[in-house]
Amino acid sequence: MTATFSPPEAEPSQKATSRRGDRVFAGLARTAGVLILLALAAVFIFLAAEGWNGLNAPEATYRPATDFLGYIGPLVLSTILAASIAVIVAVPFAIGIALFISHYAPRRIAVPMAYVVDLLAAVPSVVFGLWGGRYLAGFLQPAQVWMAEHLSFLPFFQPPPTPNGRSLFTAGIVLAIMILPIVTAISREVFAQTPRLHEEAALALGATRWEMIRYSVFPYARSGMVSAVMLGLGRALGETMAVAMVLAVSPVATLNVVGVAAPATIASNIALNYKEATPSRQSLLIATGLVLFAVTFVVNFLARWIVGRGERKQARA
Amino acid sequence: MTTVTLAHARLPAWAPGLVGVMALAAAGLPAMLLDWDVVAWAVVSLFLFLVGLPAWSLAVENRRAAVDRLMTGLVWSSFGIAVLPLIWLIYVVVREGLQAISMEFLTYSMRGVTGDEQGGVYHALIGTLLITTAATLISVPIGVLTAIYLIEYGGNSRLARWITFLVDVMTGIPSIVAGLFALALVVLFFGPAYRMGLGGSIALSLLMIPTVVRSSEEMFRLVPMDLREAAYALGVPKWRTILKVVVPTAIGGVITGVVLAISRVIGETAPLLVVAGATDGVNFNLFDGRMTTLPVFIYSQYAQSTPAGYQRAWGGALVLIAIVMVLNLGARLIGKLLTPKKA
Amino acid sequence: MAKSIDVSDLDIYYGDFLAVEGVTMTIKARSVTAFIGPSGCGKSTMLRSLNRMHEVIPGARVEGKVMVDGQSLYGADVDPVAVRRSIGMVFQRPNPFPTMSIYDNVLAGSRLNSRRMSKAKADEIVERSLKGANLWAEVKDRLGKPGQGLSGGQQQRLCIARAIAVEPEVLLMDEPCSALDPISTSAIEDLIHELKSDYTIVIVTHNMQQAARVSDETGFFNLKATGQPGRLVEFNPTKKMFSNPDEAATEAYISGRFG
Repeated sequence: MTATFSPPEAEPSQKATSRRGDRVFAGLARTAGVLILLALAAVFIFLAAEGWNGLNAPEATYRPATDFLGYIGPLVLSTILAASIAVIVAVPFAIGIALFISHYAPRRIAVPMAYVVDLLAAVPSVVFGLWGGRYLAGFLQPAQVWMAEHLSFLPFFQPPPTPNGRSLFTAGIVLAIMILPIVTAISREVFAQTPRLHEEAALALGATRWEMIRYSVFPYARSGMVSAVMLGLGRALGETMAVAMVLAVSPVATLNVVGVAAPATIASNIALNYKEATPSRQSLLIATGLVLFAVTFVVNFLARWIVGRGERKQARA
Repeated sequence: MTTVTLAHARLPAWAPGLVGVMALAAAGLPAMLLDWDVVAWAVVSLFLFLVGLPAWSLAVENRRAAVDRLMTGLVWSSFGIAVLPLIWLIYVVVREGLQAISMEFLTYSMRGVTGDEQGGVYHALIGTLLITTAATLISVPIGVLTAIYLIEYGGNSRLARWITFLVDVMTGIPSIVAGLFALALVVLFFGPAYRMGLGGSIALSLLMIPTVVRSSEEMFRLVPMDLREAAYALGVPKWRTILKVVVPTAIGGVITGVVLAISRVIGETAPLLVVAGATDGVNFNLFDGRMTTLPVFIYSQYAQSTPAGYQRAWGGALVLIAIVMVLNLGARLIGKLLTPKKA
Repeated sequence: MAKSIDVSDLDIYYGDFLAVEGVTMTIKARSVTAFIGPSGCGKSTMLRSLNRMHEVIPGARVEGKVMVDGQSLYGADVDPVAVRRSIGMVFQRPNPFPTMSIYDNVLAGSRLNSRRMSKAKADEIVERSLKGANLWAEVKDRLGKPGQGLSGGQQQRLCIARAIAVEPEVLLMDEPCSALDPISTSAIEDLIHELKSDYTIVIVTHNMQQAARVSDETGFFNLKATGQPGRLVEFNPTKKMFSNPDEAATEAYISGRFG
């Protein structure tokens, strides 16, 4: 079996063409990639420069605050409150639905049900904002009145309650519905990948289905679930339109999520104010945008790092 | 050691059904007497069911079975409850939107419309079509070529790793920040206060490119190495192999990814507000002047806070959702059709 | 504690597909019974039907009877969870729970059944089970370490310890040594010899020499023809099976003429 087979030598002109073709094509492909690098770099530099002006603007720009921190403080608070409500509400449901699809539902309905949840992801945020502002707000208003009355020992639920439901709480609920699909989809993937061997180990010991999930599925899926929650958090932090259309805005920073109004989130603040802004105000808004970008970048990076570490641990095990 | 009895009393198979009916009935009585609405009745019934079935199980079976039934109930409920907002939202959009839709709505713009006149979304439809098409024309070549580079040429080089890292960064960009990025570019080249449709396309490309790169990468990775090697063994140069073997094999999935990316960005509002602005009339020129897209139209009509405004907003929302759903379904269909059939 | 198993006329179905047909046998208490036969003839399916693990695949069902100590495993009121609690299983590939320590792994089954266990009782169970699995000496100083850090043979003995910690009536073993090296294999075979004084053991193996070494009785499974369900061809004391079997098919398999 030592006879070597060499393909007939290509014509010299053919070889030259193919080599040139290879170089051109490879160059094209590489250029596309480099283009992404360059565009992002150039734009980031320009934005940073613009935003820097926002950090050092004349005092009047920061009205009603007096400096950058005073301006962005209330925005950050609202952003965190709304995103927290979203995550706290969405995660239990997302895990429940993911378990439903991966372990509880009969096979025949599991696939269509997964599709239904993915449909939620297809609805544009402006439509969520429209529905949230016109319908959900009214629906949640009585509950918020109740909360302001009975839960006022907590700083988050203070009277007077919102008259029309357009509060941070409602905005948070809309965000929860919007991040539900992504947290569910990732959790579902991880749950379904639990090795059969470990599930059978639990079942063979005489575990009920829930006990099997506790013993085999959850430990395996831990890092995946954390990453899913963080990606959902990232989305909730950056969501603009739904909050802009639901929340009644006031400049006064507050912890009260069921109150009449609250400061905008960073993202919705930019969207609402950019058109009428003076150039220096625009720089300020760009600066807040960069802060938001930095925060979401860190959250997303952590999410990917946690998954990566989980995968490396699995590989070693 | 005593023998473990294998058999113990178990709830009959129809037990959940019975408890469900009883819960509805038990909650129905106070509902009628205290005049609750349907939602309150449903909530109390659900609560009674979630408590009642495990309690019965605890009495008849054993603690572990009761816990198992409770968790099963919770898991099923979480699904049911989460599906409700979706159903409600679609119902509302369809009901309100149908009232606004008419031929006039679809063919007229808002130019010169005052007060309660109907107006229409024509300008927004044109704007959406132009801006999204331009965005696709920008992102697909760049995205697909980058994916080709990463899979076929890049390997583990530093450039490839940087690009992968940046694409990851791009997936996390909040859409408003993408809008600011695009605005920066436009201002850089055309000066401040310049608004144009193409700027919107650039912003949308920033949002589309990571999706296109990722899904194309997946698809190319799935093409088995044997196929490429078969081509190389025949003396086909690498670039030809990619164009004639790899891409056609993966094309179904790539197109699906592209159409899904389109369906995602077609609903984007924030970046377009910032870069493309909004206008009442139809604008066919991507390079000059403001251009309205459907989502921006919905938002500006909503912001008017008038009944007419709200109605137009719902009409626009219905049209938008219809387009997104068609794209979504179309993407999956295309994927199925164009995937090479298994033997 | 160890009980005998009576199987009468058992058919095992996956949906409409009949996988194993008409099995009748009696597995004696405190003995080791081996199931042998070529691949795909239904011996693992048969084993799994003894603790209702085959039901994990949707659509699996049986017709016929399996009785343990006078109780039917498939009776109308019988909870599969209870069945698996009293009939333990060890799998082909060792599967200690990856996120638990050795200590917690051994206790996993016991913890499911008694919520509160005093530390003293827990320690006692762990020591007893690990000693019973011949693993105590090797791990007693590192009970807190993760179960996955052990070698393959040690992991399998950990799984055996976990299975016997709940003091089952019967211990089922599905090719327990096929993923292990010869030295670990012989350690497990020695262990099986010791365990049979306390447990009824049923072991599936594709290694005939192992069956000959380890078991008291052997059941030979085979397919009638390709596409036909598997059936129990012969069931006899091991000595007889390997020297003077009743059936020609058994003799052919044992002498290596097929399989």
